[in-house]
Amino acid sequence: MRVTVTINGQRRSDEIEDRLLLVHYLREVAQLTGTHVGCETSLCGACTVLINGKAVKSCTVLAAQAEGVEITTVEGLVKDGHLHPVQEGFWEEHGLQCGFCTPGMLMLTTDLLSRNPDPSEAEIRHALDGNLCRCTGYQHIINAVQYAARKMRETRKSA
Amino acid sequence: MFPASFQYHRAASVKDALGMLQQFGDDAKLLSGGHSLLPMMKLRLAQPTHLVDIAGVAELSGVREEGGKIVIGGATIHDNVASNQIVRNKLGLLAEVASAIGDIQVRNRGTIGGSLAHSDPAADYPAGVLALEGEIKLESSSGSRVVKAQDFFVDLLTTAIKPGEILTGVSFTPHPARTGFAYLKHRQPASGFAIVGIAAMVTLDAKGNCERVRVGVTGLGAKAFRPAAVESALAGKKPDTGAIGTAAAHAADGIDPLSDIHASADFRSELARVYTRRAIQQAIARIKT
Ligand SMILES: Cc1cc2nc3c(=O)[nH]c(=O)nc-3n(C[C@H](O)[C@H](O)[C@H](O)COP(=O)(O)OP(=O)(O)OC[C@H]3O[C@@H](n4cnc5c(N)ncnc54)[C@H](O)[C@@H]3O)c2cc1C
Ligand code: FES
Ligand code: FES
Repeated sequence: MRVTVTINGQRRSDEIEDRLLLVHYLREVAQLTGTHVGCETSLCGACTVLINGKAVKSCTVLAAQAEGVEITTVEGLVKDGHLHPVQEGFWEEHGLQCGFCTPGMLMLTTDLLSRNPDPSEAEIRHALDGNLCRCTGYQHIINAVQYAARKMRETRKSA
Repeated sequence: MFPASFQYHRAASVKDALGMLQQFGDDAKLLSGGHSLLPMMKLRLAQPTHLVDIAGVAELSGVREEGGKIVIGGATIHDNVASNQIVRNKLGLLAEVASAIGDIQVRNRGTIGGSLAHSDPAADYPAGVLALEGEIKLESSSGSRVVKAQDFFVDLLTTAIKPGEILTGVSFTPHPARTGFAYLKHRQPASGFAIVGIAAMVTLDAKGNCERVRVGVTGLGAKAFRPAAVESALAGKKPDTGAIGTAAAHAADGIDPLSDIHASADFRSELARVYTRRAIQQAIARIKT
C-alpha cells in the first residue's frame, strides 16, 4: 500500500507493507535513525515521536495509520543550525549518559512543554512516566526539562 | 517484533466500516488506537487478516452535548476526554479516570471505544463508566442498540458487543448537584494499568444523607463490576467514617479475585476494600455545598 506523510516538514510518499510499524518506516524507509527502538512493547518510550504535535510510541503505530499526518522526529528539532531549547537543556544539565533514551525523552518533553509551559517537578515526573532511562537516575533529566521550560518562557516573553 | 501479515483498510465512515466488517466477517478486526490490539498482534495472540481502521472516522470522535446528556464518540482518544472542558466541568469523574490511564503517549493514541471493547480486567475506563452508569451505543448493519454499563462487561476480555457491531459512543448524565467523585488506583508501576482501581460517585440529599452512591471496581476480578453491597449499605445513611468503613468492607464480596506476581488474591481484595473507603471519603470531601 502507499502512505503519504510529512516528516520534519518534508512530504514523502512510499510503497510499504501493510504491517510495517511506524518506527521501522522512519528508520529504514525514511532513513531517520535518530528514533530508537528499545523494548518494542510500548513500555520504554525510546521510539517516541510527535504526530501532529502529540507524543506517541512509534513502535505501537502502523505506518499505514500515519497517512496524511505531520511527524516530527528528533532530527526535526534543530532550527537553522541551532539546538532546540529542549536539546540545549539536556546538553547543559547533563540529561543523558549513553543517550539511548534521549530522542524519546526530547520528543516527550516537547509535547509536555507545549501543553504546560511551566510544569512543577511532580508534573514532570508524572509526564515522564512512559519513558525509561537506565543511566541518569532521572534527576538530571528533570533539571533539563526545567531548563528548557525556563528558556522557552524567556524566549516567548522577549518575542 | 512485528505482526503477522494482514490487509489494512481505512474506513471513511461508520457505514463504510460496517460494510467492511460484513464483507470480511470473522477475519476482520476493528483498529482504533491500536494500543491493545497491536501489542497483541506483535505477540501473535491475535492474527486478524483484515484490519479496519476507524481512528479517522470524524463522526466517531469528540465530545458533544445531546438532549441533556454528554456523548463521547467511540474513537475519542483518552487525552481528549481528559482535557475536554465539557467533560471536566460536568463529568469530572470521567476526566479523572481518563487522565489516570497509562502515560501521555498511551493517552494520545488509545480510545474509549477500544478500551471498553477490549475490556482488559485492569483497564481504568470500565470502573468509571460503571460508576457513572454510562450507556454504550452499538451499531451494526442491521441497526443500533444501547447497552447499560452494568450489562456490558460479561467476562474476562468479553463484552456484550456482537460480531459486526461498532461501539459508536458512550452517553452519560452530567453530575447532579451535591455530587462528589474520585478515582483512586493502585498502579502496576511498569504499564500504569490498575492493580485495583476504584471509581466512586456520591450524591447527598439536602439533609446531608447519601442519596446515591455508585462505585465501579476494576482490577480485582475477571471483569469490572459495581459492588452492590457497598452502594446499598450507604443508601439513605449519614456518611460518617463508621458507615463508610462498614460499607467499604463489602467491596470484594462474592468476587473471585485475580492473582498474579504483582498482587495476590488476598492483597487485591484488601486493596479494593481500602481504596473503596478512601475513594468514597474523597468523593464526599469534594462535594460543594
Ligand atoms: C504501555 C501501555 C500502557 C497502558 N496503560 C493503561 C492503563 O494504565 N489503563 C488502561 O485502562 N489502559 C491502558 N492501556 C491500554 C490503552 O488504554 C488502550 O489504548 C485501550 O485499552 C484500547 O484502546 P485502543 O483505541 O488502543 O483500541 P485498539 O487496540 O485499537 O482495539 C482494542 C480492541 O477493541 C476493538 N475495538 C476498537 N474500537 C472499537 C469500537 N469502536 N467498537 C468495537 N470494537 C472496537 C478492536 O477490534 C480490538 O479488539 C495501556 C496500553 C499500553 C500500550
Ligand atoms: S520501543 Fe517503543 S516504547 Fe519501547
Ligand atoms: S541516558 Fe542511557 S538510557 Fe537514558
